[in-house]
Amino acid sequence: MTQLPLRAQLASALGRTAATLSRVTGRGDGSVIGGRVGLILEPDLLRKLAADRKLVLVSATNGKTTTTRLITSELQELGEVATNAFGANMPAGHVSALASNKQAPFGVLEVDEKYLPEVLETTQAGVVCLMNLSRDQMDRAGEIWLLAQKWRRALAGKDIHVVANCDDPLVTWGAMTASTVTWVSCGQPWKEDSWCCPECGGPLDRKGDDWACRECHFRRPEPTWFLDDDAVIDPRRQRWVLDLRLPGRANRANAAIALAVAEVFGLPVERALPRLREVTSVAGRYTMVERDGRSLRLLLAKNPAGWLEAFEVSDPSLPIVLSVNAQGPDGRDTSWLWDVDFRILSGRPVYVTGERRLDLALRLDVAGVPFQLCETFDAAVAQQRPGRVDVIANYTAFQQIRAEFGRAV
Amino acid sequence: MPSDSALRIVWIYPDLLSTYGDQGNVLILEQRARKRGIPVETVYVRSADPVPDSGDIYLIGGGEDRPQILAAERLRRDGGLHRAIDRGASMLAVCAGYQIMGTVFGGEEGQPVEGIGLLDIQSSRGPARAVGELAAEVDTGLGGHVLTGFENHMGVTRLGPGVRPLSRTIVGIGNGDGTEGCHAGKIVGTYLHGPALARNPWLADVFLGWATGPLTPIDDAWYDRLRDERLKAVLPR
Ligand SMILES: [Zn+2]
Repeated sequence: MTQLPLRAQLASALGRTAATLSRVTGRGDGSVIGGRVGLILEPDLLRKLAADRKLVLVSATNGKTTTTRLITSELQELGEVATNAFGANMPAGHVSALASNKQAPFGVLEVDEKYLPEVLETTQAGVVCLMNLSRDQMDRAGEIWLLAQKWRRALAGKDIHVVANCDDPLVTWGAMTASTVTWVSCGQPWKEDSWCCPECGGPLDRKGDDWACRECHFRRPEPTWFLDDDAVIDPRRQRWVLDLRLPGRANRANAAIALAVAEVFGLPVERALPRLREVTSVAGRYTMVERDGRSLRLLLAKNPAGWLEAFEVSDPSLPIVLSVNAQGPDGRDTSWLWDVDFRILSGRPVYVTGERRLDLALRLDVAGVPFQLCETFDAAVAQQRPGRVDVIANYTAFQQIRAEFGRAV
Repeated sequence: MPSDSALRIVWIYPDLLSTYGDQGNVLILEQRARKRGIPVETVYVRSADPVPDSGDIYLIGGGEDRPQILAAERLRRDGGLHRAIDRGASMLAVCAGYQIMGTVFGGEEGQPVEGIGLLDIQSSRGPARAVGELAAEVDTGLGGHVLTGFENHMGVTRLGPGVRPLSRTIVGIGNGDGTEGCHAGKIVGTYLHGPALARNPWLADVFLGWATGPLTPIDDAWYDRLRDERLKAVLPR
């Protein structure tokens, strides 16, 4: 590693102090505040910290944090890895991540979809992993066709190896300007944002995972990696049963693309896969927590596509607690609730809580799903008999529940 | 084929314009009709398909700039919606869908794009995005309720003499001139997500009443609780 110039060293040291303060005062993971202090002092800090490392940027609407964790776990097979493990996915978080591990030859950075062009430009990362794009909290996330258009411009004309999910038409369109692309077939359960061709606006015809525009040349590229149910098929047509400890289809998709990224770094599946199997929980997601004889499994879902994946993981034989907030990070507009098909919960005991529980209550009422309204999460838990319970919460609702368990999860 | 007795709801271009919970307006009309024993048939019309002109209530939602321009082009070429409105059908147009009902709206670079001319309004791109809760007093001609919802748009809409404002804003931006939305005949346009009918069941009943005549009251407990909470949260005390 090259030595950082003095001003950059000072900036990153001050950033670390602020991060420590934020942690000891209990105001957060410390990963964002440290980075913000650092960035103010040295705008070029991220560029300097990124230089001479092998970097992967990971972006998508859903699964960024988990996939970042999976790729990090794989690359640790090759050496030390700097990463923003707490999901602080804007430049301030990237500064924190890289500053906290200056010796690491590898970096795996989760990047907010909007910030991808900027972070790509600043860090000159050589590998970019792109999984999916779908409607998200639009009062802050912006429009996804526009986002994909910005990805196209940012990737064009640079020496970048992109690993991307070709089953998502918008991701394909956003990724295809890169000089090298490894296409991975990871599936796309949520299709409501890709019935139309991003190239010409014509209708996309779909058959299974395959798709093609009826009116122009735009069609799904041929993948070299496939997610095939519980296994991944590599470019040599070898089938690897994943056998992850993380649950659900979405995580198998994340693992498939992570294995393709590993191969870009020369790490073969036989060495990468055992590393993926070591990951059990990511920032509290999928963990079981215990309270008074009840075992609660915590699932995070931030948008309609995420809720679809969470329902898939959830066990239909169990009661389920749903918690919804509408603070800044959640998106203050709760309209997205109407894009989620809750009818799948019919027949299960459903408990509704969170700051916007009345929005959810009306949504379930219109869907014809019986539910019980609970003032607080504790009240919802108190209603449960001993045994297993699933919990699905959106972002700040999830963090509030985690905080109740002392971030032990 | 739809039977003659059923209420026919037509949702226009969910593949282009349904970015934020717009389906909710469809689901709420269906629920509130069925609760009153009115059978419902809903048609989702994709943008590659013709718009049927035999519907009773038409809905069109919000979306991004490019899909909005595509939707306007297709509706103009198709003509089905115009025939339906001439026949006396009603229409709820939300956000991007509201703008394209006018004679002109702003494209992705702010360029003027020709609308479909069903409402006497002109929209353009405003200086800043209007994002947040909105509350407004509704035109007495439509019952004088309080309108509640969430707006998220960059549009500024000028109302011509052929339409009336839907409401006067108490909180929020709306059209940009102290009014929010507009109506003319049986067409109602609004910037509100929420979705609009989840927050304003009275407006759902305006549409159902136009299509089927006087309505029996139904249990609005969940609607009322949500409305009260939202209005308490945003209205000045
Ligand atoms: Zn096309």
